[in-house]
Amino acid sequence: MARGLTKRFGDFVAVDGIDFEIGRGESYGLLGPNGAGKTSTMRMIACMSPVSDGTLRVLGMDPAHDGSKIRGRIGIVPQEDTLDLELTVLDNLMVYGRYFDLPRRVIRERAEQLLDFTQLSERAHDKVDPLSGGMKRRLTIARSLISDPEILILDEPTTGLDPQARHLLWDRLYRLKQQGVTQIITTHYMDEAEQLCDRLAVMDGGRFAAEGAPSELIARYSTREVLELRFRDPDTDTADVAMRLEGLAERFEALPDRLLLYTDDGESTLAEVHRLGLSPDSTLIRRSTLEDVFLRLTGRSLVD
Amino acid sequence: MRSMRYWMYQYKRTWRGSITTSFLYPVLYLSAMGLGLGSLIKGRVDGVRYLDFLAPGLLASTAMQIGGNESMYPVMAAIKWLRTYFAMLATPLTVIDVLVGHLAWIALRLLMVTSIYLAIMAAFGTVHSPLAVLAIPVGILTGMAFAAPIAAFAAAQQNDTGFSTIYRFGLIPLFLFSGTFFPIAQLPGWMQPVAQATPLYHGVALCRGLVLGHPGLATAGAHLAYLIVLTLVGFVLAQRTYRRRLVT
Ligand SMILES: Nc1ncnc2c1ncn2[C@@H]1O[C@H](COP(=O)(O)OP(=O)(O)O)[C@@H](O)[C@H]1O
Ligand SMILES: [Mg+2]
Repeated sequence: MARGLTKRFGDFVAVDGIDFEIGRGESYGLLGPNGAGKTSTMRMIACMSPVSDGTLRVLGMDPAHDGSKIRGRIGIVPQEDTLDLELTVLDNLMVYGRYFDLPRRVIRERAEQLLDFTQLSERAHDKVDPLSGGMKRRLTIARSLISDPEILILDEPTTGLDPQARHLLWDRLYRLKQQGVTQIITTHYMDEAEQLCDRLAVMDGGRFAAEGAPSELIARYSTREVLELRFRDPDTDTADVAMRLEGLAERFEALPDRLLLYTDDGESTLAEVHRLGLSPDSTLIRRSTLEDVFLRLTGRSLVD
Repeated sequence: MRSMRYWMYQYKRTWRGSITTSFLYPVLYLSAMGLGLGSLIKGRVDGVRYLDFLAPGLLASTAMQIGGNESMYPVMAAIKWLRTYFAMLATPLTVIDVLVGHLAWIALRLLMVTSIYLAIMAAFGTVHSPLAVLAIPVGILTGMAFAAPIAAFAAAQQNDTGFSTIYRFGLIPLFLFSGTFFPIAQLPGWMQPVAQATPLYHGVALCRGLVLGHPGLATAGAHLAYLIVLTLVGFVLAQRTYRRRLVT
């Protein structure tokens, strides 16, 4: 639970007074372009970074006073791996478990299960350094689970993973959700957010641009369907075309080679387009996705 | 304390080489410098054989080197290269735990090294008093009087260039001129107070007094106080630089 949560680095405001509430067992996603303040927010929730302003309660406790206690009950997958490259896979789990003061026997048991869970059992006695990026990421995730956490904080857990590893992870996270583990996830993959999260917040410039269930966000910020008209002729002025189609769709978006029409019924809109005598080189009718919402809220231009 | 366990796991990889070194160095130094060079020194040094004079000084100097080595690159690695400290801070451990754990580990390393050193000194017949056993805790303290402030320094560095400065203008001159190899009375007059102000001088003098069996009570107290104060000041500073670096 957060009220007016703010993070400043010197004069720079990275998180600018956000409010949210995450229920037990919920999967909550933070989306946003690079620099939006997702990691800063997560680090405050993880009690690794002091709150500059506002209130934050995690598991009913105040991170300023009970940081250590709270951290004992959450698992953290940081954006950048902090594995010890020179230790073996198993030793990485063993040491980490010891930080939580767990008995050796318990850690060993859990480590075995977790390595199985993340399909790393065969590499248990290999050093971490030569492992692939995906394997390291999976080990970081296994490590975050060694303390059997109630809340799992995952900062871009799948960035850099191949599709197989990504799907494996989704599957695991889904199972953890079934077990009642609260999850807070940041990601750049919209399909992932849609798959994993009950609720999402889209962040931009340290603030929430929108918050809600994926389907709600699509309903609120986009239409049911999107009609894409593609023009191969580079001289076509898509903005000009949009003017001619004025009134046919709720919203237009003119890209260099394409015109996007946001509409509830793609078929009938397409019929209208044809009736007006326009003949794009190809057309596509698709359902609106979270990506459309994201781009609408945060813009298409590159931030960095 | 829990964070000390990490360094133990780390050590599992390298302990063989490290233990061998811990045995080999004293043997090499005591043979070459003590017996070899010492045979050229006909008279007595401060009233004892050169070997007897040298050995306790080397113990303290070695403690200094271990304290310095272990608080430079490993600290930098735990902040920048392996980011181990950050992994620790994602768990119930606090910044103080992280710092105390690392320093405790260094103290344990010093215990191993100084114990081995003393055993080898005994084998060379340079231990002349039961008080010599106290050279172990004094050696540890000497090492910590370097480790704590150097860790404070290391945690404030953006890269490792400062470390070679510490070696060049700190540890190496101290090793040579703080009374390990010759009494500081041999130094030019103006250098004597400088040498006496260095922490290694106090460690060396105290170890020597204990091993030879005649530590003056008052001077021993002064040496001890100096080393303890330096360790504590280093610790307080390290707490500051660690917090500033690790909690953002
Ligand atoms: N330790 C820090 N010191 C100064 N600025 C920081 C620090 N950490 C993050 N920032 C700045 O805060 C902003 C938000 O960063 P971050 O939370 O990492 O965003 P995201 O995870 O959404 O990409 C960025 O502009 C970043 O440069
Ligand atoms: Mg981030």
